[in-house]
Amino acid sequence: MTGAFELSMIPAVLPEIMLILLAVLVLVLDLVYRDRENSALGWITAIGLLVAAGLGVAFSRPASEPVLLFGGMLRQDWLTFTFRLIFMVGAALTALVGTEKSGKHLGEYYLLLIISTLGMSLMASSANLIMLYLAIETTSIPLYILAGFKVTDQKSVEAGIKYLLFGAMTSAVMLYGFSLLWGFSGTTSLYELADALKAGSAPPVLMGGLALLVLVGFGFKVSAAPLHFWAPDVYEGAPTPVAGFLSTASKAAGFAVLARVLLAVFPDSLPFWTVVIAVLATVSMILGNVLALVQRNIKRLLAYSSIAQAGYILVGVAAGNELGVTGVVYYLASYLVTNLAAFGIVWLVGRQVGSDDLDAYAGLGKRNPAVALAMLLALLSLGGVPPLSGFFGKLLVFGAAVQAGQFWLAFVGVITSVIGLYYYLTVMKIMYRPGTDEQPLPMTPAWRTALLACVAGMIFLGVAFAPWYGWATAAAGSLF
Amino acid sequence: MGFPILSLIIFLPLAAGLIILALPADRKLAIKGIALGAGVLSLVLAVIVYAGYDLAQGGYQFVERMPWLPALGISYYVGVNGMSVPLVLLGALVITAGVMISWRVEDRPREFFSFMMFLGASVQGVFCSLDLFMLFFFYELAVFPKYLMIAIWGSPKTRDYGSMKLTLYLFIGSVISLVGVLAMYFAAGQKTFDMLVLENAGFSMAFQQTWFLVVFGGFAVLGGIFPFHSWAPDGHVAAPTAISMLLAGVEMKVGAFAALRVAIMLLPEGARYWSLLILILGTINVVYGAFIALIQTDFKYVIGFSSVSHMGLVLIGFATLSREGLLGAGMQMFSHGIMTALFFAVVGMVYDRTHTRNIGELGGLFQKMPIAAIGFIVAGLVSMGMPGFSGFVAEFPIFMGAWRVLPLVAIIAILGVIITAGYILLVMRRVFFGKLPEAFEKSVTDITVMDKIVVGVLVLLMVVIGVFPSLMTTMIESGVNQILALVGGA
Amino acid sequence: MNFISDHLLTLILFSPTLVALVLMLIPSGNKQALRWTALIGSLIPFGLSLGLWAGFDPGGAKFQFAEQANWYPAIGSSYHVGVDGIALTMVVLTTLLTVISILASFSITEKVKAFMALFLVLETGMLGVFVSLDLLLFFVFWEIGLVPMYFLISQWGGEKRNYASLKFILYTMGGSLGLLLATQMIGVLTGTYDLPRLLELWPAYQVSGNVLFGLPLATVKSIAFWAFVIAFAVKVPVWPFHTWLPDAHTEAPTAGSMILAGVLLKLGAFGFIRLVLPLYPAESQQYAGWLAGLATLAIIFGAFGAFGQNDFKRLVAYSSINHMGFVMLGVAAMAAAPGTADAVIALNGSVLQMFNHGLYSAGMFFLVGVIYERAHTRDLSKFGGLWALLPVYGTILIFVSMASLGLPGLNGFVSEFLVVRGAWPVLQVATALSMIGLFFTGAYTLKGLWTVLHGPLNEHWKGHLTEINAREIIVIAPLMVLIVVIGVWPAWILDIINRAVSMWF
Repeated sequence: MTGAFELSMIPAVLPEIMLILLAVLVLVLDLVYRDRENSALGWITAIGLLVAAGLGVAFSRPASEPVLLFGGMLRQDWLTFTFRLIFMVGAALTALVGTEKSGKHLGEYYLLLIISTLGMSLMASSANLIMLYLAIETTSIPLYILAGFKVTDQKSVEAGIKYLLFGAMTSAVMLYGFSLLWGFSGTTSLYELADALKAGSAPPVLMGGLALLVLVGFGFKVSAAPLHFWAPDVYEGAPTPVAGFLSTASKAAGFAVLARVLLAVFPDSLPFWTVVIAVLATVSMILGNVLALVQRNIKRLLAYSSIAQAGYILVGVAAGNELGVTGVVYYLASYLVTNLAAFGIVWLVGRQVGSDDLDAYAGLGKRNPAVALAMLLALLSLGGVPPLSGFFGKLLVFGAAVQAGQFWLAFVGVITSVIGLYYYLTVMKIMYRPGTDEQPLPMTPAWRTALLACVAGMIFLGVAFAPWYGWATAAAGSLF
Repeated sequence: MGFPILSLIIFLPLAAGLIILALPADRKLAIKGIALGAGVLSLVLAVIVYAGYDLAQGGYQFVERMPWLPALGISYYVGVNGMSVPLVLLGALVITAGVMISWRVEDRPREFFSFMMFLGASVQGVFCSLDLFMLFFFYELAVFPKYLMIAIWGSPKTRDYGSMKLTLYLFIGSVISLVGVLAMYFAAGQKTFDMLVLENAGFSMAFQQTWFLVVFGGFAVLGGIFPFHSWAPDGHVAAPTAISMLLAGVEMKVGAFAALRVAIMLLPEGARYWSLLILILGTINVVYGAFIALIQTDFKYVIGFSSVSHMGLVLIGFATLSREGLLGAGMQMFSHGIMTALFFAVVGMVYDRTHTRNIGELGGLFQKMPIAAIGFIVAGLVSMGMPGFSGFVAEFPIFMGAWRVLPLVAIIAILGVIITAGYILLVMRRVFFGKLPEAFEKSVTDITVMDKIVVGVLVLLMVVIGVFPSLMTTMIESGVNQILALVGGA
Repeated sequence: MNFISDHLLTLILFSPTLVALVLMLIPSGNKQALRWTALIGSLIPFGLSLGLWAGFDPGGAKFQFAEQANWYPAIGSSYHVGVDGIALTMVVLTTLLTVISILASFSITEKVKAFMALFLVLETGMLGVFVSLDLLLFFVFWEIGLVPMYFLISQWGGEKRNYASLKFILYTMGGSLGLLLATQMIGVLTGTYDLPRLLELWPAYQVSGNVLFGLPLATVKSIAFWAFVIAFAVKVPVWPFHTWLPDAHTEAPTAGSMILAGVLLKLGAFGFIRLVLPLYPAESQQYAGWLAGLATLAIIFGAFGAFGQNDFKRLVAYSSINHMGFVMLGVAAMAAAPGTADAVIALNGSVLQMFNHGLYSAGMFFLVGVIYERAHTRDLSKFGGLWALLPVYGTILIFVSMASLGLPGLNGFVSEFLVVRGAWPVLQVATALSMIGLFFTGAYTLKGLWTVLHGPLNEHWKGHLTEINAREIIVIAPLMVLIVVIGVWPAWILDIINRAVSMWF
């Protein structure tokens, strides 16, 4: 069997090891410094995550050919590599955004964040059904807790419970699908399943059914319609940075496995599932954008917008070609920095003004021109306007659709993005309207750093495509 | 070409915009100074480009190229030909004029001037692009400055509606053409966005016929094509003066230019196939726009609809695919750009002083602001296509082109001219002549020196081009030759 | 000196505009300086045009003093100017009347600068039409003249000036639309706008199958012919396109009316002679009867119209329609029988009539203006017996009226006689009917004279009206001299006209 344990495999999982160490460190520090001012924890978490990401870049760079590790549990390829970066940077930014001067259970908060990131990282690299399921649960369970983290806030608790229930249910369906896959093929390795299923001459209908069952779990993760119901309530109730994390990194993890499983396990039913994904994409784009129109709460608005964004990314998956997956990777990176910036600002405003209503944003342009400008850029990036990253992401996924001949999907995509622009512009407009309060909102240095990083990321990804595009292409190449 | 003059023209406003954003909000003079400096400097550069363009050589000049994303064949690739050089000049002119007209903006000048500079960079980027991706990139760059400037500084009553309508119309147009652009990219199969390569990509007849309409239609929305024109009057009216000037004066040309550059030049067979439809739509633009302008009571709406009417002539010129038609369209783009900028500038000056745009409430303003009135009169004469002004030398060849393909178009469209004369003369008389309402006797003051300079320069240009059309036609002709080489024909 | 003689036409054409620009530099408060600058400035083109006259060789080339320069090469149009005998007389008439009109406008007190500047620009526009040898250039100048005229009426006109000015410009612009379209069509079909070349190309224009734009070529040409005819007929004006004229004349300031009647109307007639007849010989012949009919109707209705007026200025305005009808009759004669000796006589009469009408109609309008400035009314019923009060004025009025009436010995007689003499053999019915019109010409002229000068004196005016002043006499004097000179010895001008007409047809 390929990939039996060797010492040389350690560097490949160095970032994950680093995360475990970081988790321990945070736990210890929290114990030691409990009841003191501990804004340092956020910084430590963020720096640790970035170090892990750096280690990944430095030592876990995949070879030219993908390698299976640890008895075929993990696969070291460019997809793993790029997504790991996305998760860790996302977690680091989330940690910085939520940094409070003081607060209860901060240690646990960061710990859960790190564990969840670890799970995502493993999700992206899993090459085995069992490993994949474990990774998904490692990701999800901390997130259930994080969503309900504000135990004194009814909405937050409700969000946690809701997320848990939906998650558990879809997870169960997916697990059922996994078990059937194993049952029909006798293997749990993703990269052997396809051949095994073919050898077992499983009927196409069955294959389609299996794909659907699996899709339920992933669809939940990426909050694609019709498995999106949880998103608005959970985003609204969850602590804002967590909502941001859910909508970006967690979604990205979902897409990583979605792309890997569909392309690795169901290559033969590609014509079938591309249609299914295309339908999901269409529904998500339309539903997300249309429902976002009527929202008055910014977090719900962003939740629906994130459903719509999932739809756009699905367009890339539905194309079923390399450019499509490249687009997915690019889009997700762009979406990460963009949406984290947006949620970061929502967190700032929500904490100071005490409201997530759109009207709370009136006058932001006068209060904190720089913050308003950052929000403006984030919204524009979400809307897909150059020179911001969202534009190029959209270009790639729609390009992939066109390349695959799915012109109608591209048209639905561009038309719905116009609807999207409508509500993004509405928010923008409100920010620049006179507000009641003209006091500038105070910002922590950590928050400032995170926001700056996000904005820089948006612009960088929107103007200098080549570096990340190269990695994204490599990631796509590792799936084909 | 060693000196990156086109890059400077594009990035100078961008840099100015960023610098302005970084300044403290209360340093108003510095903000305006930088904006004006960037405008004047890019104007000087544009004049240098105009003068330095080698007509004997023709083709694309001042070319600069840098890889941007080689994997997809995207490059930063700029260059200008006879068709785009006048537009670059137009862009620089109107931006500078816009800054000068807005000298008295007091509400958040930092953001105002900064956004305006971004808009300027966007239009120059489109005019200079030789790379399809880059063209689109800069095309879309204009979305947020346009929207925000109308939504924030626009006229309070209609800015919400006007800004949103405008932005969504234009965005929908542009993203639809994006799909077409992508289709072209993949159909060419050369992994490049280089338009000079795509020109020779040899798209199949069926492909061209299918996708031309998508690409052309998408861009032409910004050009104000009927029936997608209704954003224009609403948007222009809601916008603050400088933005009306830029929108009608330059942005509409951006749309028309992109439609020409991408749709007609890259899909010539498609253009031939659909030319009749565009001719008809353009004719409707001309006549319908003029009719609606005739019945407006709002000063600014008159001009807004007149833009729709005049852009119809540009579309007709394109659709003829003939030497004269294209030449006239090129001239008309420049002439209309200057003219409508001046119109909106004067409307703004009047509104700033009288706080009404209702034609019925205005009158006799010639006594109070003669220079502005003369500006309006000259712009009006240009708009009527009066010989001796730039409008005539632009419209005349367009009609000649129409004669070549479909004389009926010329005959119907010419009705637009007489209707235009009607509404222009009526508005002119009611606003600037007749009795000055008593309320304005004291409150209305003459326009500032800055305004006078703008009016003077724009008027001078319109007259000079009207009297010496060769100053510009030789330039545009060389661009037209390039287009004709692609679309065939005379 | 060489420069001046080589570019004489250009200098004549643009010197008024330059003077207008110079006026811009003079402060608006300094009215006297403005007036004198304008007057002296207008003497420049007049002087140059006299030089033109002197240097013109009647037996020489068809077009003299020709100049050609690049203007709009992209569409095959160039700055090509030159004069023949017909244009020459018109150029001299224009420059002369401009000087006189400017002098007549010294009484204008409001916005003097703008008035004078517009007037001079107007002169450039009118001269341009006469000297253009390029169809597009012709159209350019044709339209340019409208703008200053529009402002002259709308800014310095009478009570209904807004209505009148708008009607004026929309009628003439609307009328020119056909001309514009036909010009474009000719340009597209022949590839040039150069008039001498078009004169060869267009009448002989053929297409394979004789079908153009889905219509028979002859039909297309006929439509184009009528497009030209209508544009010029509006300007002349020929019945039924004349309705703008009484309004415009009545509301225009005096100098405006003078130039309007004196020169602007000639532009239309000039268009017939310069463009319609040579470019469309076949169509002209085909439709000569129509032209003659319109001319006759203009003569008759113009006369009836004039007779029915109670407003002195309207009366003179309608008389213009009547007199210009004779010009049209001559044109129709030439259209009907091109090249015959009779037609040449008739057209000679037409051209001379254009010149003559320019003189006495300007004079009439001026005289109406003189009385109006004093009485502030033009209502004929309010006048009466003024000869007793204003003997000098009365004498001059009678003199000019007699010229207009066609009294032998004065200029009107010569030209109208020539027209009728030439037209009679060609268009007998029309000419005969026109004689009825001529009779009414006498009737309305006498009516005007009678109601103003004779009859019982309206006591109201006693002591209120002052005699015509020296400046006004200087204005009218050159006109009167010319009226007599041409009436007694027309050969000096007829020779030039005749040679030109013979050369053309």
